[in-house]
Amino acid sequence: MTLLSMENVEFAYGKARPVLKDISFSVPRGANVGLVGESGSGKSTLLRLLLGLDSPQKGRILFDGQELKARNAGYMRRYRKRVQAVFQDPYSSLNPAHRILRIVTEPLRSLKLPGDHRQLARDAIEAVGLTPDTLERFPHEFSGGQRQRIAIARAIIARPELVLADEAVSALDLSTRVRVVDLFQDISQAMTMVFVSHDMGVVAALCDQLVVLDRGHIVEAGPTAAILRAPSHPYTQSLLASIPRMPVPAHPNPQDPR
Amino acid sequence: MSDLLRVDGLCLATADKSLVEDLSFTIAPGERFGVIGESGSGKSLTALAITGLLPRAIRPSGQISLAGQQVVGASERQLAALRGPAVATVFQEPLTALDPLMPLGRQIALPVQRRLKREGADTSRTAVARDVRLLLDQVRLPDPDRLIHAFPHQVSGGQRQRVAIAMALACRPQLLIADEPTTALDVTTQAEIVKLITALVDELGIALLFISHDLAVVGQVAERVMVMRHGRAVETGPAAKVLTAPDDAYTRKLVDAARRFDTALEGRA
Repeated sequence: MTLLSMENVEFAYGKARPVLKDISFSVPRGANVGLVGESGSGKSTLLRLLLGLDSPQKGRILFDGQELKARNAGYMRRYRKRVQAVFQDPYSSLNPAHRILRIVTEPLRSLKLPGDHRQLARDAIEAVGLTPDTLERFPHEFSGGQRQRIAIARAIIARPELVLADEAVSALDLSTRVRVVDLFQDISQAMTMVFVSHDMGVVAALCDQLVVLDRGHIVEAGPTAAILRAPSHPYTQSLLASIPRMPVPAHPNPQDPR
Repeated sequence: MSDLLRVDGLCLATADKSLVEDLSFTIAPGERFGVIGESGSGKSLTALAITGLLPRAIRPSGQISLAGQQVVGASERQLAALRGPAVATVFQEPLTALDPLMPLGRQIALPVQRRLKREGADTSRTAVARDVRLLLDQVRLPDPDRLIHAFPHQVSGGQRQRVAIAMALACRPQLLIADEPTTALDVTTQAEIVKLITALVDELGIALLFISHDLAVVGQVAERVMVMRHGRAVETGPAAKVLTAPDDAYTRKLVDAARRFDTALEGRA
């Protein structure tokens, strides 16, 4: 069952050259789809369209069988109940003047959702591996990795069907990144996820399906494992070949340096 | 062979906080040395200390000997004499390292002029222009005629970093410090820049201090590596050993994390 799809989408900013051309892909319900590309590939624009911040000039976006109507406030309110986002920079995405409780429960308030908001916040904050006392504190008291956990708690508190993640682990140090990737893996069991990133390693670890973008076009799409093992497009091939890999122990005795 | 750089018991601290503690390492002439660390590990401050460019609020103690000259406690004049012939730096973000209002050719010409003057060589316009062209060739910049008249915003990030490398090489330093030189670049561009830096320092016999949070990149560049955490060195050794069979628990954690993404890339996750 397809939850989200783009059909022949084209988008340009103003009268400039289109930054997305003939984009078609679909996200099955429950899947983790990775959108990868380098700078200028159009991945951020694509995400803006999925968030309803812009509308495509050509083609359409379908969510759960209905066309996404970015200019219809009533539709967007219902859409946001079902779709939440996690952004790249955990320092600018949390309001520094608000306690975590207020930050995490914000979607519940803006979507006017009923229920015990404090209890829901506790559940969400525990689901991301933080303790309930987190809720009484302020963003500056937390590290980048903890802040990103808080941003994830905010994204899942309204129990969305789809989470859009934009470079959500790119700003984190390696040891933190691994743990937040684990967390995304956990929460993705319960929902559909679109993970936008330039980091092929992270996407490979998280996503079962892959869409590779280059200069506004989809150059390759399919199951992640298949693409990684045998990339068919020259761009994907050069992208994969460029990623630096760790040295492998060359000597049978790893204690011996050479 | 005696060391080009010897850092011995280096401590860096503000009035109320210690940032780097008891750091010691050496770099031999022509050696490619890597420093690995996460944010806040003190790796960039160490680079600034070596070039004598620390912010005023940060006080160094201990010894830094670079090309026979003591850096800690040296006068601004002594430091200025070191920058260029002894050490030059390439920073992470070429957009902020370059003057946005000056054509690229002139930016490269500045360190060229300085070096020619220092060497007592011909500093005429043609001599400088000849060296600038040579440098552009060395860093494999295409279309040099257009490039020397272009401004930083008119070229790509990878080309800007090549210009920054050309400016550093223009000094003919004995030590090149590259502080996260590929972190702001796309991965395909990163691969090119890594290859370029490694080839150039080998070809010119320049020692390299390569700083990065990315273990795999450091592994491609460095012969010897040091892993830093919270201002201390936790492990130093041959890159092939540290990145495959680390002794330290923190290094092992980093290596395992990096390997996990590598494994995922093999399509086996």
